[in-house]
Amino acid sequence: MKLITAIIRPEQLDDVRNALESYGVQGLTISSAHGYGRQRGHTEVYRGAEYAVDLHAKVRIEVLASDEVAWDLMDVIVGSSNTGNPGDGKVWMVAVQEVMRVRTGERGVAAI
Amino acid sequence: MNTGDTAWVLISAALVLLMTPGLAFFYGGMTRAKAVLNMMMMSFGAIGLVGVLWVVFGYSATFGSDVGGGLLGNPLEKLGLQGVLDTGDGAPLVGTIPEIVFVGFQAVFAIITVALITGAIADRAKFGAWMTFAAIWVTVVYFPVAHWVFSFTEDADGNPTGGWIGQGMGAIDFAGGTAVHINAGAAALALALILGRRKGFGKDPSHRPHNLPFVMLGAGLLWFGWFGFNAGSALGANAVAGYAWINTLAAPAAAILGWLIVEKLRDGHATSLGAASGAVAGLVAITPACSALTPMWSIVLGLLAGAVCALAVGLKYRLGIDDSLDVVGVHLVGGLVGTLFIGFAADPNSPAAGQGLFYGGGLELLGKQAIAAGAVMIYSFVIAYAIGWVINKTMGFRISSSDEAAGVDVSVHAESAYDFGGRATGSFVPMTEKRSVTSEPATAATTEVKVDA
Repeated sequence: MKLITAIIRPEQLDDVRNALESYGVQGLTISSAHGYGRQRGHTEVYRGAEYAVDLHAKVRIEVLASDEVAWDLMDVIVGSSNTGNPGDGKVWMVAVQEVMRVRTGERGVAAI
Repeated sequence: MNTGDTAWVLISAALVLLMTPGLAFFYGGMTRAKAVLNMMMMSFGAIGLVGVLWVVFGYSATFGSDVGGGLLGNPLEKLGLQGVLDTGDGAPLVGTIPEIVFVGFQAVFAIITVALITGAIADRAKFGAWMTFAAIWVTVVYFPVAHWVFSFTEDADGNPTGGWIGQGMGAIDFAGGTAVHINAGAAALALALILGRRKGFGKDPSHRPHNLPFVMLGAGLLWFGWFGFNAGSALGANAVAGYAWINTLAAPAAAILGWLIVEKLRDGHATSLGAASGAVAGLVAITPACSALTPMWSIVLGLLAGAVCALAVGLKYRLGIDDSLDVVGVHLVGGLVGTLFIGFAADPNSPAAGQGLFYGGGLELLGKQAIAAGAVMIYSFVIAYAIGWVINKTMGFRISSSDEAAGVDVSVHAESAYDFGGRATGSFVPMTEKRSVTSEPATAATTEVKVDA
């Protein structure tokens, strides 16, 4: 089993969600995040004074997947979140040792 | 007594009171999120403090019989408003309105003037030190200066016995460009110097405004209230009030454009903060001039004030003075522009009947305006600096560095403005249990108290 984590642009969230749902993903977790990459931040101007704001608003998506579909899911996320501009984000995958469904106590892929 | 005039001044007084909560929003939105409550509290503190002092002796010190050649009213003459409380046929009048109505109208001017100063000390002042400063400053600076400018009285022979600037010298300040805005702006500069710079001033982007819709809301409330401030200063429901009203529309409208043009040319963006600031700069500038300029000249003044103030607010970074929310750049500079502009463009046919340079009046009026502006600015700055210096040496004016980092709201007021997400954890101790249960988390006993309540 794998945990896929993606940091994407907030405005791409709907596209990514729809693409994952079309692929057959049953559930995912979303949280708001702030960060920067190589493109650094943006500039705001207040009464003539410029403030460089280093942190961009981002959305973090976390989704659990079986080993068979995990590689496909990464492609789905990258494909649906790509705008071709700096700041599109990152997607990464890590191995997951065990998963349990809280309600039933099921384990492994059945719990995903 | 004229009931129409009385009704208008009563309403105007309420409008002007609303300016101070409006100012609290205007300033509060410009601070960072962990200092907004302190910012708004300093305005509400001014309402509480000055509202009381005005009734006790402030009105008397400002509008009591002159003692000292136009410098001060007698603070004991109308102590506790004695002598103005007759509401029957013998009620004392100011012009066509009862004096007790005039007391209320002038009270709210004193309140907003004190509140204006707070923009210079955002994020870092002890609340008690601010209240102490406010009490002393309003007593030894505002009351006398308002007497200089606003007190118009005559003795039994018809000789003038009012303040030296307005009645004595004949400088034109209809609603308080000198007594309110230059006065507050100069005091703000003094306090900015006494308190020093915020941590991260000019560097830390966390000091950018946290809520611009608050700033726009505050500017709107200020403008709404300002119609009472300026048109109400006619002390009657008449054409003079209408004249001032139109100028209070035209000048700030033009000042929005003036500020935005400067921003677009200099920074590349017309901003919402610029529009709100431009409106206030225009309101400040037209305050002394709203009975002296034709509406067309008011538009010129507005454009000028908007542009000049937009350029002036950047100076603090060059000078290294943390006038946090630009009280100097907007109120002192805007007040000077408006007060001096009267010397150039005052129309002899206006209600104020001044004759400016452009109307063949020479330099006489301009000279009077400059003396009025300069006298108020220097007096307020020097005395405010002295008061602030003593407070800083005795009780300390500034919160500790760690309190500032934690945020003045939580460290000084034990409150936080926002609870986004509602994920607070911990315990709750009702006030009734606080003395006995100080360190314990919520217990069964405290739960019972809640149920009983």
